[in-house]
Amino acid sequence: MTAKNLHIKIDEMKTNSGLIKNLELSIGKVVNENYNEPMGPTPMPSVTTLRDWDLTLLNKYKPFYMPDCDLCCLCTFGKCDLTAGKRGACGLDIAAQSSRIVALACSIGAACHSAHSRHLVHHLIEKYGRRYPLDVGGLNIKVEAPITRLVTGIKPETLGDLDDVLAYVEEQITQILAAAHTGQEANALDFESKAFHVGMCDHIGMEVGDIAQISVFNYPKADPEAPLVKLGIGSVDRTKPVIMCIGHNVVPSVGIIDYAKEQKVDESLEIVGLCCTAHDMTRYYTRGRIVGPISWELRFIRAGLADVVVLDEQCIRTDVADEAAKVNAPVIAASEKNCVGFKNRTNDPTDAIVDDLVSGKVLGVLILDPDKVGEVAVRVAMKVAPMRKRKNVLPTVEEVIAAAKTCTQCKQCQRNCPQDYAVPAALKDAAAGDLSKLTDLYEYCIGCGRCEQACPQKIVIHSLIVKAGEKAMYCEDNLCRSGRGAVSDVEIRSVGGPIVLGEIPGIVALVGCSNYPKGGKDVYDIAREFASRRYIVALSGCSAMAAGSYRNSEGKTIYEEFPGGFEAGGVLNVGSCVANSHIAGAAIKVANIFAKRNLRGNYEEIADYIHNRLGAVGLAWGAYSQKAAAIGAGFWRLGVPVIVGPHGSKYRRMLLGRKDVPENWNVIDARTGETVNVGPSPEHLFNVAETKEECIVQIAKLVIRPNDTWKGRAGKLSHYIDLHKRYMGVMPDDIHLYIRTPADIPITMKDEIQKILEEHNWKETTIPDPTLLPRMVRKMKE
Amino acid sequence: MSCEPWQCAEIASTKKANPIPKPEVAVAMIQRAAHPIIIAGSNLTERYMEGRPAIDFIIELAKTSKVPVVATAHMVGEFVKRGYQPAAFMNAMEIGQRVADPSWMGLDRKGHPDLVILVGMPYYMQALILSGLKHFAPTLKTMTLDNMFHVHASWSFPNASLDEWANNLKVMTLKFGGN
Repeated sequence: MTAKNLHIKIDEMKTNSGLIKNLELSIGKVVNENYNEPMGPTPMPSVTTLRDWDLTLLNKYKPFYMPDCDLCCLCTFGKCDLTAGKRGACGLDIAAQSSRIVALACSIGAACHSAHSRHLVHHLIEKYGRRYPLDVGGLNIKVEAPITRLVTGIKPETLGDLDDVLAYVEEQITQILAAAHTGQEANALDFESKAFHVGMCDHIGMEVGDIAQISVFNYPKADPEAPLVKLGIGSVDRTKPVIMCIGHNVVPSVGIIDYAKEQKVDESLEIVGLCCTAHDMTRYYTRGRIVGPISWELRFIRAGLADVVVLDEQCIRTDVADEAAKVNAPVIAASEKNCVGFKNRTNDPTDAIVDDLVSGKVLGVLILDPDKVGEVAVRVAMKVAPMRKRKNVLPTVEEVIAAAKTCTQCKQCQRNCPQDYAVPAALKDAAAGDLSKLTDLYEYCIGCGRCEQACPQKIVIHSLIVKAGEKAMYCEDNLCRSGRGAVSDVEIRSVGGPIVLGEIPGIVALVGCSNYPKGGKDVYDIAREFASRRYIVALSGCSAMAAGSYRNSEGKTIYEEFPGGFEAGGVLNVGSCVANSHIAGAAIKVANIFAKRNLRGNYEEIADYIHNRLGAVGLAWGAYSQKAAAIGAGFWRLGVPVIVGPHGSKYRRMLLGRKDVPENWNVIDARTGETVNVGPSPEHLFNVAETKEECIVQIAKLVIRPNDTWKGRAGKLSHYIDLHKRYMGVMPDDIHLYIRTPADIPITMKDEIQKILEEHNWKETTIPDPTLLPRMVRKMKE
Repeated sequence: MSCEPWQCAEIASTKKANPIPKPEVAVAMIQRAAHPIIIAGSNLTERYMEGRPAIDFIIELAKTSKVPVVATAHMVGEFVKRGYQPAAFMNAMEIGQRVADPSWMGLDRKGHPDLVILVGMPYYMQALILSGLKHFAPTLKTMTLDNMFHVHASWSFPNASLDEWANNLKVMTLKFGGN
């Protein structure tokens, strides 16, 4: 890093003049001479430093706004009706309001990841000291924090170094939030630029968190052969006490695992996780179990499988405590961000807390000391499990049928189901004794419980669905590769060339949440389709779980079928939400390590490189959260296209290219300064795919880049055409836009494509050294 | 037949659709339009009426009304498989963006659509596209043909049963001169 605090900590020192204990001394900052890379033009960019780059992208990919609401109700001037051109009391119009909501959503997401990382860094510094060295991959990784280096110009070496990085991120998030106040930013595109900015900061926040926890908790370090860990409800040994940890911040889980190990009871317990805590828990402790995403919370608790529920932060159902109370499972809230209304017992004697939870005197407690969480959770689980005897609230089959008979077919359940599932039809059949439609719903249901909230008959519909799917639920016994963390420099060197030249057709990153339109199988199918075609498939978070939840015809999960390396045909799970940073980091490292572009504080050039050369696409098929929005925004600023599933339309704004407007697709040839039309590559920056089939075709198209060699382009087009024919049933109608020279034509399709080119009066063009930045031109045209 | 949004939470609308009281009214509106288009979504093969997928009903309507169809998602293959060639196939957001652009001259380059008819997308997604058009193409008229009331459209059929939906589409086809 450029500067850091000089920090001296002395636990105990005997001198001639006396005994010194617990001395800590901080003195200003000293310059770190270890980072010799020259500083680029934009270290620590402020809100507007990269605005021109953003506007370049936003001119190419114009926002298409779809307001979810006609109103603005953020201040007391309102509610203001902004319909169709009306302005609110503050003067804002619906376009700016829509982009303001996008910026706010991204800010919430960025704040969430960064606050998570801040907690991790504080906790780890307190426990291990500021000088604890960062190590994310030993000798295999020289560029340990590519996003941080790129944006801030800092090369973090110790936990303490991460403090300065986070301070930058936190300031930027505050600035963006301030811009969203009434009477501040007025322009829609400027709000978009701010969303990009906070998305970029989100990526730093994620990177900080993950490199800190990888380093200290000794997670797999860029290991393609990270262990396979158990995944699914069926993998949990129900004869043992079960501690269920929900959320994203692994620190309390580590407390539980460490205590259980110390007491030598870890093998007598099941410690399971839901959501990203599960990923990080199993990166630390391979005996841990990944239950599933947020959708699995209700089914796991109602089935009585949790003896103790431990909540950390993010993506936790806010009614978990109520649900747990129904099955006599005590709850421990372990994060300041989610106190659940429980009394803070952090400073109380452990015995008293345990007694209160075991006796049922209190339903839950707030404990902000992770070590204490560990002891309480383990002791309570051991005592409560024999008393609870797997108490659950699932109905018997007879009760399912009886409840279904009370259904009046009012359809309120269906009308409140986010997926519009035909619940009334399933209940009608169930009333007649046929549960098969309810069983089918188990596979697709996202477990939100809105059906129950809407039912005037108070039928516990979700429980009926879980009961009908119980057999399938206990068969969920699969494998997920433990989050491997970063992509090593060695891997980047091996595949950088083939990716940039287009010979590896692309990198597909399946990330994000579980709001799937039709179950998680789509994620598996998409991942497998592209891995089979030797794309690099990177996964994280809930998508990594979904992908591991199915098996091929030989009974292998996707992580057993494909290698875990960053290589053609590799399927790699980078880890939890915060590990998404390694996917962006890999793209940045291609520009740095393979193409030798300077990284330090050199954002525009690297983003320009990635946008024009690196065939990467992000897919958040079940994106629901503000964090997913922030992750997407970070990729947008890097120029990486992002696709979301149909529910992603609720982010209310797409960034779409117009392939019917040729002038939108001009780039500058850095060799000559000439303008070259490269066609719609990539066509969009942010778009929805309505169905899995469309999604697969979109991915194949969105990996196309102006810089593809003819060989690479021919390969990419070959996949695009093949997938289009298979999933859309016809030849693509835009293939002529992607052929630059006859050599681009896939050899096996020559006659067919030649005919199309003739119909479109196609003309050959050149393959440029593409850039959107005039300053990158090496020799201007005379 | 209720005129509340089919998905109950989709209520945040100050400018609400006019309900289409009977299919003949929808036919009259389509006949009055100079450049109508139908945008047909992925649920058309998921939803069945009278034992047939909804796409069959829309093909019959499109054939008799001669309103060009834009197939979204992967629906083009489904149309072609049934012997009907849509005028275009396009991502739902892309066609939404184009019809919101007043300078877009339509699929045939003969004029910007003056009536956009949506049918068969996931409800929430169709609602959002309609909202985008309501706000950013305020002079454009939009209509939905589903059996689910869409509050952001200019005109929408009310919530209705599958039988009523089938009947609406069959009457429309008949009025356009079909069987």
